[in-house]
Amino acid sequence: MSGHVEVMDPGPLTLVHDLGRPGFAALGVSASGAFDRDAHRLAQRLVGNDETAAGLEVLFGGLHLRLSAGMWVALTGAWVDASLHSSNGTLTVPPHTAVFVDADAKLVLGTATHGARCTVALRGGLDTARVLGSRSRDTLSGLGPAPLRAGDLLPLGPEPSTPVPVADLVPVDPPPLGLVELEVRPGPRADWFTTEAHEVLLGVEWRVSARSDRTGVRLELASTSTVSGTPLERVPARVGAELESEGMLRGSIQVSPDGAPTVLGPDHPVTGGYPVIAVVVDASLDRLAQLRPGQPVRLRRATGRA
Amino acid sequence: MRVLPCGDRALLVEFDSLELVLGAHARWSAAPARGVVELVPAARTVLVRIDPSETGLAAVEHWVSEHPPQPLALADGDIVTVPVAYDGDDLASVAEAWECSAEKVIALHSTIEWLCAFIGFAPGFGYLVPAPGQPALPPVPRRATSRPRVPAGSVALAAGYCGVYPRESPGGWQLIGRTSIELWRDDAERPAVITPGTRVRFEAVSS
Repeated sequence: MSGHVEVMDPGPLTLVHDLGRPGFAALGVSASGAFDRDAHRLAQRLVGNDETAAGLEVLFGGLHLRLSAGMWVALTGAWVDASLHSSNGTLTVPPHTAVFVDADAKLVLGTATHGARCTVALRGGLDTARVLGSRSRDTLSGLGPAPLRAGDLLPLGPEPSTPVPVADLVPVDPPPLGLVELEVRPGPRADWFTTEAHEVLLGVEWRVSARSDRTGVRLELASTSTVSGTPLERVPARVGAELESEGMLRGSIQVSPDGAPTVLGPDHPVTGGYPVIAVVVDASLDRLAQLRPGQPVRLRRATGRA
Repeated sequence: MRVLPCGDRALLVEFDSLELVLGAHARWSAAPARGVVELVPAARTVLVRIDPSETGLAAVEHWVSEHPPQPLALADGDIVTVPVAYDGDDLASVAEAWECSAEKVIALHSTIEWLCAFIGFAPGFGYLVPAPGQPALPPVPRRATSRPRVPAGSVALAAGYCGVYPRESPGGWQLIGRTSIELWRDDAERPAVITPGTRVRFEAVSS
């Protein structure tokens, strides 16, 4: 399925993503890649693509695309009301379902009702230029294709050799609206912080700051919190100390000098100078992508072997 | 060599010197253990990131301890001359930290030869230190709050390092000037102009 899709309206922010460009950290380049990796893989599989194909990551919905007859599309990740409008009428695009475009149509994504980032996969995958082996947009460094703008034409790759799989129902729950738990393990600088800081980190209900993005998800204390002052205090010997810059990771929880934690996202700086108190485990990382501003979050110590 | 925990997908290995970091990065990247997907060298540490579906942290920790590094001196690389208009917003605070005039800051910064120790933070952002035999400069603290946008080409100081922002990005270093030369090219075979071992001279130009 080669051809193009035309961007009519990108919504608040729509980015091209695949699974990123690991292996270039020594050049200062982060792996980047789809924020919700499971959603990305599922969407690509639904339309018969290789999991490494490129799709779209749509922040909060609102994307309008012009699609041509014969294309296949699937949506995963955040739940949005989506529909295809063509001369044949209006067709609902349910989540986690490959939908065949039977006539030239406009795909309209509403506002995300659950989660924050919706993945759009098109059969053939997006065939935009690669930078260091990946089509992902790294929002911090500016590598990869620019955020979509109205009027952009996105080329699709050739028809994959694998067919669109027959799947009646893919049972995936929508991202939760309420409390989200993230499992963490100790970070390299856990000993820079007081016992009380660790108790606060794992004990309080945090809120997702509106100043969160693909670089990092900032956590704030709820306005009703009884913790006052600096939420995560350093041990006296480390107060005011400067850390030599060291390697960072998706999921590293950096604590800035004001004591506030930020969970690093896929476009994190390769190295950073703020101490990392804990790290979100692999199995919880995709949940970060779907956190909405103001959503409550608890951090829990992971059990079992790493 | 100390191995520090870093979640369930990585270890942070800490060394006493940059030379050991360079030696570890050279040795480990030449023949990485199975499942090691990324090595991130920095000032005193190498972050070893694994694919948990391929290997485990215990196996990688064992591999690390079986492959200790020899210290490696920075290769004597090319010289890159970077023209700088010294009109940065933090020039005065650097002068204050060094207890000298802004003119003296410019003179010191543009007289000594710098050496790229490692790349970190962002694509092509080299951490420059005074080259061996050059006078060390007094350290400058990071800014208390980082700027959401530092313009591309900004020349900055922090914590004993000098760096040039190849692209616009957030940043917490003290800005002393700007350069117009491009330090990162997506499509080049070597996208970063300054790499570990590159010697750098800054040359004052009028803005």
